[in-house]
Amino acid sequence: MIPLIAQVSADGLQVEPGWYMALAAVLFAIGATGLLLRRNALVMFMSIELMLNAVNLTFVAVDSGLGSLEGQISVLFVMVVAAAEVTVGLAIIVAVFRKRATASVDELSGLKG
Amino acid sequence: MDTLIFLIVALPLAGFLALLAFGKRIGEPFAGYIASATVGGSFVLAAISAVDFFRGIEHGRTVELFEWISSLGLNATFLWDPLSAMMTLVVTGVGALIHIYSIGYMHGDPRYGRFFTYLNLFITSMLLLVLGANFGVLFIGWELVGLSSYLLISFWFEKPSAAAAGKKAFVVNRIGDFGFLIALMLIFAKFGSLDFGYVFEAIHENAAIISVGTATAITLLLLVGAAGKSAQLPLYVWLPDAMEGPTPVSALIHAATMVTAGVYMVARTGVLFELAPVSQGVVATVGALTALFAATIAIGQRDIKRVLAYSTISQLGYMFMGVGVLGLVGGVFHLVTHAFFKALLFLGAGSVIHAMAGEQDMAKMGGLRKKVPVTFWTMLIAWIAISGIPPFSGFWSKDEILAIVFNRGGGYYVLWAVGILTAGLTAFYMSRMMFLTFWGAPRWDEGVTPHESPPSMTLPLVALAGLSAVGGFINTPWRPALEHFLEPAFELVHQTHLPAPGTQWVLAIVSVGVGIAGILVAYRRYVARDTQLETGGVWDTLLAGYHVDDLYGRTIVAPGKTASEVLAFTADAKVVDGAVNGVGGLVKAVGDQFSKLQTGLVRSYGVGILVGAVAVLVWLLAAGGGVF
Repeated sequence: MIPLIAQVSADGLQVEPGWYMALAAVLFAIGATGLLLRRNALVMFMSIELMLNAVNLTFVAVDSGLGSLEGQISVLFVMVVAAAEVTVGLAIIVAVFRKRATASVDELSGLKG
Repeated sequence: MDTLIFLIVALPLAGFLALLAFGKRIGEPFAGYIASATVGGSFVLAAISAVDFFRGIEHGRTVELFEWISSLGLNATFLWDPLSAMMTLVVTGVGALIHIYSIGYMHGDPRYGRFFTYLNLFITSMLLLVLGANFGVLFIGWELVGLSSYLLISFWFEKPSAAAAGKKAFVVNRIGDFGFLIALMLIFAKFGSLDFGYVFEAIHENAAIISVGTATAITLLLLVGAAGKSAQLPLYVWLPDAMEGPTPVSALIHAATMVTAGVYMVARTGVLFELAPVSQGVVATVGALTALFAATIAIGQRDIKRVLAYSTISQLGYMFMGVGVLGLVGGVFHLVTHAFFKALLFLGAGSVIHAMAGEQDMAKMGGLRKKVPVTFWTMLIAWIAISGIPPFSGFWSKDEILAIVFNRGGGYYVLWAVGILTAGLTAFYMSRMMFLTFWGAPRWDEGVTPHESPPSMTLPLVALAGLSAVGGFINTPWRPALEHFLEPAFELVHQTHLPAPGTQWVLAIVSVGVGIAGILVAYRRYVARDTQLETGGVWDTLLAGYHVDDLYGRTIVAPGKTASEVLAFTADAKVVDGAVNGVGGLVKAVGDQFSKLQTGLVRSYGVGILVGAVAVLVWLLAAGGGVF
């Protein structure tokens, strides 16, 4: 049996809530995989953003199902913090790149014990 | 009137503070003028405040300044009674003369201002000591005079010997202060108060309030403190070395005032000593032995100031004999006359040293009579006074002490004999010093042209010479004015009195005879036969002061040093530091192991986080959501 993805109601096309979760899980897994496998700091950053947004998706999906607002507010916070983090992170990456002519995190191991 | 008492201390204190801040800028000679003026002002104020005592219409009062340590019931209070008034007059009077003398003596010194700063600090401290109405204020003054003494002994600290002498004085005084402090604690434990009036009245009302044993312990500990400050056996060793300081300091602190603090303290606590006959005997015996011991050493000295230093120790021994047998007036009387003639001798010696361009060795003096006439004639008076020849001051006070000691009878006859013997030795060594310095052929180094000192130095000499000559008349057997004057201060003590007049005559004739004999022997030896300074044999032993310094060095200082080194370089460096460093090393070793976890590979951290997150998730699922 083909699982039901969406159904038509009086308000128009409605997506089943479980699929939002599935999509978020897939996005999160892609992000985590990218983080673990890629060496380039820029790409790792993009992976982290992907993971963050996967979480954001679960927040809004669950929230709209429950009819509450807390999760949606949390999403705004996550986005703001992520934006701030990106500016700092990108600046660091650019500085490191200028200094070392590489963005590979494997070579940045000067602080290892 | 109470304000005057406060001002007596405040004036030198203000001088000290002003000179401390601006002494260098004020410089020579105004720093000296300011310092002298403040001390002179104190003297005038003290004299005005003491008028009622002279008229006999006041018995003393206390002046409270402020509450100090309320938990001990201790206040900053001054006691203005005849004893403290007399001490104040001596300290400020002799002090002012010595300040004036220093204006000339310290001429050209690079630290001229600082010298007078210290002198004013000393006067302030000494006034605190004698004016304190309780043991607390007394102790503060006691410690502060120790500090100023240290500062002044090592005033010329470029000289290693002066720096060492200051250190020695401070350390030896600490030993005495230790005993003194324990005595104060015992007194507080016993009476719950450190106030003179309270403690003495309590004993007066009921002598059984304190057992003889406790009183003996307290007084013996007080004696330890007094022996340190007043340079008595066995703590006298710092005083001869203290002569490294400038000569006015030797005169002011180490002859006239500070070293008499111990005598003052014993006299002040006479009520306690009265309860402890054993302590009286110990004090008198210590005094007598010190007098004799120091007098013999003085015979062998070559340095003119060291002669006077040992002479001071010896004379302080007399004072201790006096207060020890509860002849408090006698002891204090000798304190006063000694302040006059010994300050004069020191200042005279300073004038001689000044004339000889810094030379202190008597082997290089001689024949100075005509060169420094004022110094010679004034020192002559002091010499006769200390030798006990009537009618000069030393005779009256020394013989009063000896007569009182004699009157105690029993074992005290021995102490009297020691005192008489010492009197003869005193006359001998003082004559030796005078003859070697002023008589005979000149033995000066080449290029030395002796010259009389400036008026600022000779005028104090003349003033002190006058006091040395007539100072004894303040208390003669026929007219015991000082005794009447001090009566209110000692009314709670049953003092030992003078023997019958007949006995007094005999004793006086014996002691004067011994004194004259001492002078004659010295005259035959050093003038008639023109004996030079002796060396070899017993003279070397005397010159070295019986090698007491070596003895202390071997038995106390060296073991102390060894112990300190063991503690510093073994106990501290190895054991204590070892434990501290061991803990640090352990933490570091553990940290080194754990730091290997930090590989520097960011992605491995990511794996760690992921594994951790999954583990938590699994655990949550396994718990079936029950954790929430």
